[in-house]
Amino acid sequence: MDFLAFLGARALAVLRGWGHAALFFVDLLGALLPSLRRFGLVVAQIHAIGNRSLVIILASGMAVGFVLALQLYNTLITFGAAESLGLVVNLSLVRELGPVVTALLFAGRAGTSLTAEIGLMKAGEQLSALELMAIEPRQRVLAPRFWAGVISMPLLAILFSAIGILGAWVVAVGLIGIDAGNFWAIQQSGVDVWRDVGNGVVKSAVFGVICTAVALYQGYETEATPEGVAYATTRTVVISSLGVLAMDFILTALMFTTGR
Amino acid sequence: MKPDAFIEIDHVTFGYDERRTILSDLSLRFARGKVTAVLGGSGCGKTTLLRLIGGVHGVNQGRVVFDGEVVNVQDRAQLYRLRRRLGMLFQFGALFTDLSVFDNVAFPLREMTDLSEAMIRDIVLMKLDAVGLRGAAGLRISEVSGGMARRIALARAIALDPELIMYDEPFAGLDLVSMGVTAKLIRTLNDVTGATSLVISHDVPQCMAISDWVVLLATGGRVVAQGTPAELMGSTDAEVRQFVRGEPDGPVKFHYPAPTVAEDFGVGAGS
Repeated sequence: MDFLAFLGARALAVLRGWGHAALFFVDLLGALLPSLRRFGLVVAQIHAIGNRSLVIILASGMAVGFVLALQLYNTLITFGAAESLGLVVNLSLVRELGPVVTALLFAGRAGTSLTAEIGLMKAGEQLSALELMAIEPRQRVLAPRFWAGVISMPLLAILFSAIGILGAWVVAVGLIGIDAGNFWAIQQSGVDVWRDVGNGVVKSAVFGVICTAVALYQGYETEATPEGVAYATTRTVVISSLGVLAMDFILTALMFTTGR
Repeated sequence: MKPDAFIEIDHVTFGYDERRTILSDLSLRFARGKVTAVLGGSGCGKTTLLRLIGGVHGVNQGRVVFDGEVVNVQDRAQLYRLRRRLGMLFQFGALFTDLSVFDNVAFPLREMTDLSEAMIRDIVLMKLDAVGLRGAAGLRISEVSGGMARRIALARAIALDPELIMYDEPFAGLDLVSMGVTAKLIRTLNDVTGATSLVISHDVPQCMAISDWVVLLATGGRVVAQGTPAELMGSTDAEVRQFVRGEPDGPVKFHYPAPTVAEDFGVGAGS
């Protein structure tokens, strides 16, 4: 019976946690439109979150492009399909790797930064100060960061894929010797802007919602101590990453398993 | 006849959770236009009292009345309207570290009013001048000392000329000069603006020097005594005397409840 009581208590605690997070998200959604009155704050956050993530996104995209070209060439050549390298690289990047790897990097780079910033604002009583100044912290602090995350993520994913394709081009054309015209032409004919690129952008926007909402929630609800902020940043990375991977499977199943 | 109460705490009971009651059936009145100090040891619910007045937490029982309006029955819009009438100095300033000194003081003006930047500039410089920091307007928060940060926070708290100014431990961690300056500022601001001031502290000499009325609070929100500074300083009550003189022995226990020393160290009759 003790075990059953323990299981019941744990289940209730988990459900309570989910309910709390859902209420937070609904409150955040309610603050989104009013926060656009201070659009300058959104722009500043896009700079802080998006622009400062550029280096790691571009470097990773380039590295992934290099490796992808080498690995795929070794496999495709055994089937006499090396000429389709450009197409496979492109589809891999714009459909999957671009959105997913960007989201994972974003969770590690910008998500942790958001959680720590909000958590320290809470510990330093800045959020309480806003409340007592009759300024809604969700509107002033959280909503601009949420907009910035959701706007930045697709842009970063596009840049990741673009630089990855350029990296693959360097390896495929420069090192391996695949024909440059063929490398680009097969992409032009085989990649659909809406189905492939468009769905990739939609995916990354959804990942932007997940990563940013998780980071803000963890920061806002953190225990206002050094240990609390440390645990919250860790939880941000773990929950965001698992959320992105789970949602990627669902979106891929919805977007790419029918038609064509 | 009782003085006109700007804030009334009416039989308030509050706890952050069901197991721990911070304030139990507390009743107090804070007179309009006066400086009232609430003194008490750590953990007796002083800061909680400020948060209840600001409506940050709702009470479990009783009511908090702000100039005739019951705080704990207000919806969010009404509560925010009430909060526009108060300013609060936080214990550690709660300044925005990404903004300059000037921008911190300008923050409530920019957020809550439609004043022009030229007007905001003048007001900010006047408020900074009142706390002696007009020359520090261009500094970053990381460049100012703890005492200066407290004064900047004070300038921000009075930026909108609030009717109620709440000070949470304004003297904690300050050197003697900063402490004296801050105490004088609180008194002067109250006299000049006519605001009601509520000072939460455990610094007896400073509070006695600047307050019109002093409330002595004990654990659980029990009111040990209240009166003018002269009345409390002259009190013969053992608990009041112990607190205002900082004596180690008396009704107020220094040690947290614990087993006997003999039990904890394994010594005594049997050894």
